[in-house]
Amino acid sequence: MRSNPLSIVKVEELKAYYVSESYGINSVVKAVDDVSFEIYEDEILGIAGESGCGKTTLLKTLLGTIKPPLSIFGGRIFYRIEDEYRDILSFREGELRDIRWKIVSYIPQGSMSVLNPVRKIKDTFLDFMEAHRPDISKSEFDSLVKNYLGALGLPTEVLDSYPHQLSGGMRQRVTIALSTIFKPKIVLADEPTTALDVVVQRGILQLLRKIQREEKNTLVVVSHDMGVHARISDRVGIMYAGKIIEIGNTEEIYTNPLHPYTRYLISSLPKIGDKAYRTGVPGSPPSLSNLPAGCRFQDRCPEIKDICREEEPSLVEVNDNHKVACFLVSKGEENYES
Amino acid sequence: MNHNNKLLFIKNLTKIFSAGSFLFKSNIVAVNNVSLELNAQRAEIFTLAGESGSGKTTLARIILGLVRPTSGTILYKGRDITQIKSAKDWKWFTREVQPISQNPFDTFSPLNKVETYLYDTAINYNIVTNKSEVYNILDEKLKAVGLSWDEVRGKYPNEFSGGQLQRLSIARAIITNPSLIVADEPVSMIDASLRMSIVNLFKNLKEQFNVSVIYITHDLATAYYISDRIAIMLRGSIVESGPVEKVLNAPLHPYTKLLKQSIPEPTIDVQWEEEIQLSVTEIKEFTASGCKFAARCPYVMETCKTKEPEETFVDERAVKCYLYK
Amino acid sequence: MSAFKELLKTDRRFLIGFFIIVTVIILAFMSFFSPYKPDERHVLPKDQSPSLQHPLGTSSLGQDIFWLLTFAIKNSLIIGLLAVFFSRIGAIAIGLLSGYIGGNTDKVLTTLADSFIVLPRLPILILLSFAFRSNLNFLTMAFLLAFLDWAWPSKRYRSQILSLKEMEFTTTAIFSGRRTLGVILKEHIPFLIPYIMADFISGFLWAIGMEITLSVLGLSNLDTPTIGTMIYWANYYQAMLKGTWWWIGPPVIALIITVIGFYLLSVSIGNFLDPRTRIQRIGGWRTE
Repeated sequence: MRSNPLSIVKVEELKAYYVSESYGINSVVKAVDDVSFEIYEDEILGIAGESGCGKTTLLKTLLGTIKPPLSIFGGRIFYRIEDEYRDILSFREGELRDIRWKIVSYIPQGSMSVLNPVRKIKDTFLDFMEAHRPDISKSEFDSLVKNYLGALGLPTEVLDSYPHQLSGGMRQRVTIALSTIFKPKIVLADEPTTALDVVVQRGILQLLRKIQREEKNTLVVVSHDMGVHARISDRVGIMYAGKIIEIGNTEEIYTNPLHPYTRYLISSLPKIGDKAYRTGVPGSPPSLSNLPAGCRFQDRCPEIKDICREEEPSLVEVNDNHKVACFLVSKGEENYES
Repeated sequence: MNHNNKLLFIKNLTKIFSAGSFLFKSNIVAVNNVSLELNAQRAEIFTLAGESGSGKTTLARIILGLVRPTSGTILYKGRDITQIKSAKDWKWFTREVQPISQNPFDTFSPLNKVETYLYDTAINYNIVTNKSEVYNILDEKLKAVGLSWDEVRGKYPNEFSGGQLQRLSIARAIITNPSLIVADEPVSMIDASLRMSIVNLFKNLKEQFNVSVIYITHDLATAYYISDRIAIMLRGSIVESGPVEKVLNAPLHPYTKLLKQSIPEPTIDVQWEEEIQLSVTEIKEFTASGCKFAARCPYVMETCKTKEPEETFVDERAVKCYLYK
Repeated sequence: MSAFKELLKTDRRFLIGFFIIVTVIILAFMSFFSPYKPDERHVLPKDQSPSLQHPLGTSSLGQDIFWLLTFAIKNSLIIGLLAVFFSRIGAIAIGLLSGYIGGNTDKVLTTLADSFIVLPRLPILILLSFAFRSNLNFLTMAFLLAFLDWAWPSKRYRSQILSLKEMEFTTTAIFSGRRTLGVILKEHIPFLIPYIMADFISGFLWAIGMEITLSVLGLSNLDTPTIGTMIYWANYYQAMLKGTWWWIGPPVIALIITVIGFYLLSVSIGNFLDPRTRIQRIGGWRTE
């Protein structure tokens, strides 16, 4: 962690909704609803939240892949490109393609969707190079790949294999290698460890952390697993029903969680050695196409007050770098300004 | 030998899948010489833990009678599961043993109303004598899982959340008053905040309804929370099994130790120190002779690579490891 | 029927397709009111261009083309319907048996289907219709066509069944006490219906097309008016060279419109019944 960190991405008042109409039924799903935050250089930022909270949509917007039925309804996403902040939402497709894989790259949820099942790994790498860096010669690229895999601790025999011959964990690591070989400044990882076993998960997380520490770039990890964030994220932002409800340094969040939802997320899961009764959060998340007025957590919050049903709390800084959107903690008058 | 006092008796069970065509067959030993027993007197929750490829799902499907084992014995209440073929036998068996599957969204056909499955289960197993009583029974079972008939009536699966669907799945399974429920990763696809309420339901099944549960998972924390006993599976074999407090608090087998250390608990107090080794291809580990963990084990010896260790009993547990011979 | 109204309102393809098909069927139906018998010839002055009395003129055989067309449409539709009916009954039966029973039955039936698939259909049809030329009524023609069109669909039905068998909800149904027949009817058929409908229509169009091909080549029963035989006779009397476009034009246009109409219908119904869009309509949409 550094003091006075430089922002590499600034998200301001982002609204991204899914609008669909089929056979006469209209629906608007407010997946990302007025979200503002910053991403710093040389950090691992975790985005936590459950299914339906909007975190995958947030990643899509950060990458600029906004296709119908997803549309931007407001806000800006500034990337620092060559010392200037530029709003990528105003970029054309060509400019977006330029920044993808070189400035920002993406590790998707399922590794098999990135690796072509009928091509050997080395051929997939080759295709990748031809698409994004035609300036590098094949032999230069071959040695680049071998060196990189070696540096990551991946055996080079992987190159001659087909994806289905590798274990799930190895495939995911190959995908990570593919996404980071051109040393992008920001790597967006969407649930990199979901559906992987606990031991493999550890290997993946250790690999990601190793890459970040060496390159000193930025890693954004989206995961519903609070344990994953405790292990590798420097800062964590918790999303609920399309909004960021708490964000701060990992240590602070885990020792002093302020939002009732965050506290549930951390304490509700059992630990080995402890058979004491635990309970989940009652109720279920609201539908993003049918949101209540006021705080979105109202139906499930054990400490709800009247104001919670009338007004939406905004993200307010309570401690050094620790922001929370909750009337239990703040009065609701101050607004977070970037 | 009479095993009527055992709910489930499995001995030396093996399942081999052969893949490939005429000339290039390869054999995968999915379940390798597995033995375990469940007591009929007292309901218990027995966890089968392991990574993907450990054979736990195959074992579950064998117990449910959906897959035939290659060799070995498997008896339910004294009867050989592989011999259950006639409609009458099958009906008896499926009344006694019910499944809960991993993905709540796949459990019910998206084109049918959820209530049809509940209704059919009640009618087909003659739970009620009178058709009009069905809805009372359904409401009772739904209430037991935290739902109600009014919430469920007339709705299709996609109108429910994952957590609700899983509760529906459990409600359906308990309509027949089964003695054994086989739950394959029932909460791995449920959000963290809703997980405990479902896990607690399984605890309830045992405590209130006297139903034994075979709980299959790779999540050792929830396993610790609700199980009585646990078996750790690796590439088809049970490498350690015994009371859950013993196995997870003081693991003997190196693999169990590795599993336990790797769990990312949501606390910043514990951090991982060493980097670990991961397997490259699954085939290599599967077809290795000797102990399947030899390639990654920090305590590996020469014998480990040649011959699989036999079961030894240490401190109330069964372990397959040369460290304990 | 509310589904029908919904489709009519919201899907333009369905609207157009439905409109076209209704027109075609009305035309076919009108044949019952024809003042002329279909096999009558030389009852009218030949090669008259369209007039008020004879809206599509007359042919070189002295027939009123409009009323002849109504018979032609009706007969073509009937042959197509019979053919697709026979072929799909066979395809569904074999596909289902193959998929559900599996094992050796599956191997035998699949080999059988595979052998039929590699047959070159047109040459064989030509051969067979020549062999049966003395017996070529509607039924035999339909059987011939069905004989060569059951194999490929049966493989598709089989693969659908195989994947449906693996679905988790099939297991749920089994443990809900449902027997095999119940599982097939309640769980699997609903998924198959949109597929069956689209398949029916494509088989129907293939059968009509084949009948026309055979007729144009002069290999079917040329005394019965069908779209194909009309084209045959028009060609025989060199309608294109003589300029009697009112004889060759209408059957071709009728064919094109029929095909387009059924195609639009099949696409829009298929889309409507597709489980994915059905789910969206039922409860609304979930997001990530």
